[in-house]
Amino acid sequence: MEALTRHTGLVVPLDRPNVDTDAIIPKQYLKSIERTGFGVNLFDDWRYLDPGEPGMDHSRRRPNPDFVLNQPRYQGASILLARENFGCGSSREHAPWALQDYGIRVIIAPSFADIFYNNCFKNGLLPIVLPAQTVDRLFREVAAQEGYTLDVDVGAQTITTPGGEVIPFELDPFRKRCLMEGLDDIGLTLQHADEIRAYEARRRQEAPWLFQDLNEGDARP
Amino acid sequence: MSAQTLYDKLWSEHVVRVNDDGTALLYIDRHLIHEVTSPQAFAGLRLAGRKPWRPGANLAVPDHNVPTVGRELGIADPVSRLQVETLDKNCAEFGILEFPMNDPRQGIVHVIGPEEGATLPGMTVVCGDSHTSTHGALGALAFGIGTSEVEHVLATQCLIQKKSKAMRVWLEGTPPAGVSAKDLILAVIGRIGTAGGTGHAIEFAGPAIRALSVEGRMTVCNMAIEAGARAGFVAVDDTTIDYVHGRPFAPTGELWERAVTHWRTLVSDEDAVFDTEVRLDVSDLAPQVTWGTSPEMVVGVDQVVPDPDAEPDPVKREGMRAALRYMDLTPGTPITDIRVDKVFIGSCTNSRIEDLRAAAEQVRGRRVADSVKQALVVPGSGLVKRQAEAEGLHRVFLEAGFEWRDPGCSMCLAMNADRLEPGERCAATSNRNFEGRQGAGGRTHLVSPAMAAAAAVHGRFVDIRKENP
Repeated sequence: MEALTRHTGLVVPLDRPNVDTDAIIPKQYLKSIERTGFGVNLFDDWRYLDPGEPGMDHSRRRPNPDFVLNQPRYQGASILLARENFGCGSSREHAPWALQDYGIRVIIAPSFADIFYNNCFKNGLLPIVLPAQTVDRLFREVAAQEGYTLDVDVGAQTITTPGGEVIPFELDPFRKRCLMEGLDDIGLTLQHADEIRAYEARRRQEAPWLFQDLNEGDARP
Repeated sequence: MSAQTLYDKLWSEHVVRVNDDGTALLYIDRHLIHEVTSPQAFAGLRLAGRKPWRPGANLAVPDHNVPTVGRELGIADPVSRLQVETLDKNCAEFGILEFPMNDPRQGIVHVIGPEEGATLPGMTVVCGDSHTSTHGALGALAFGIGTSEVEHVLATQCLIQKKSKAMRVWLEGTPPAGVSAKDLILAVIGRIGTAGGTGHAIEFAGPAIRALSVEGRMTVCNMAIEAGARAGFVAVDDTTIDYVHGRPFAPTGELWERAVTHWRTLVSDEDAVFDTEVRLDVSDLAPQVTWGTSPEMVVGVDQVVPDPDAEPDPVKREGMRAALRYMDLTPGTPITDIRVDKVFIGSCTNSRIEDLRAAAEQVRGRRVADSVKQALVVPGSGLVKRQAEAEGLHRVFLEAGFEWRDPGCSMCLAMNADRLEPGERCAATSNRNFEGRQGAGGRTHLVSPAMAAAAAVHGRFVDIRKENP
């Protein structure tokens, strides 16, 4: 995973609450068995006027000029400003993959859905929760100033606005470390393999019914 | 020891170690796998030269992409076919039990887990699917995960987790006839909102929950995620234990007795304290119908489409306006004036035998309205389908003009060929009414199986408390 320690980028505002994972990346693209290539279909139903299917040449489709990501002033944006409950709905990690692949590194919102929030960190994407009034104010500032950028310092847990205002944000220490060091958390867990085995040995005594192997023959009489 | 919630008990039994930062390494008893969220996880294992920690803890099934008709001919869409074949190959390579597409036990992953006894009370159950909360109906801690976590569970049989807050949703009263588990959970979501349970694990409790069958409890727990909570569950009681008894993978003999003794402890202590409590009296609840593009946009069937101008919060007001534009609805329209083009009875929310019985009851001796272009019944599993056919339910549906399909996720999310065309309006027993969920431009109204069946017969929503079958 690519490490994220500090990021300065252009901000794009997506002004609607409850943006769900079906909107972030529609189902037809989930048929891919790859982890990359989803960026061109980020917000597909909103971004294009014609329907999309996997395998199409998406560069030939008609972009929706009203959708914020298509507006010239937001080209190259890497920070997404969003409203409450961003990423609600399914557990599809294709949603952070699509955002990441498009070039988004930071998402700011008053709240995120739990699974989406968690999935972001597995992919070097930083979701930042700020109070609703602060988010509201950032929406106004972005609208008022073309080329509005924010500077995000993961280590210091701060966002700096073009006006020099410093906004602190919370980040749990484990996620922060994984993000800043680009850590593979499977590797971290496997450092505790002996403890996992000891737990299993104890549980096999206490609750042996939990350890019936499903792959050993057929359970049906 | 101080009084514990059911969540405290399920959590603490599965903690392998507590890390310095307060997160825990949580042991996972059962991992369910489907074709959409697993290929990249298996690829990751292979890339790192890792093997599944405990292959026997996994159960896999293709459900999202499978056709619900003519499947003996295979999958026509090459992209879907590759994804399903990839699952077959991965399971064969890594020694994981799979019910392939043409296995009689194949079905929606959240239907077959409990049906097979592969998910049991007291287990931690995860799957790369947000509706994993369904299994909480058995008194299990079950939640959806992303693909990176699928890989993590495969490789380590554990997840790094932070404990959620505990919420109790207490449902008081006895709902009127015609009001089902689906209406209860839609009413809860309408009350607390789609972010109401964010950061929480929800225990559903109270007389109205106790009175539900395990299948009804699955419907409720299934949609915990639509209330924002990753996990929803119900305490173990006789109903739970009777349900589990005799299932193919359930313990037997002396092991069964030991298991039951333990399972009976899986209840919240009487004086346990919850971080958040919600109470709702369902004695006068009407059948629920969603009108918008979020499950919280829901009213009783005897109500009208709400007016955004009456909403004080500007962000919510704009959300309502956008939803009404998408749904092509006008404020003040009675719900019973809304006509539907298609009807979908199925999904991990409502495709079990009791759902099909309730739907058939509305349909028996009647016909699907001429104005309804398509009415689908998609059983949740091959075994549900077989049971329904043994009861003659398929004839009731077929004679009324419904299509009787093979099991899968189908039109809940339209990854296979079953979908809405742009502008079509659907009464659906599924769980999400998001824009484009059932097909680009499609409009979804979430309802119970009986309400969906009645909508098929009348061509519009009706109050099934008044329109007796």
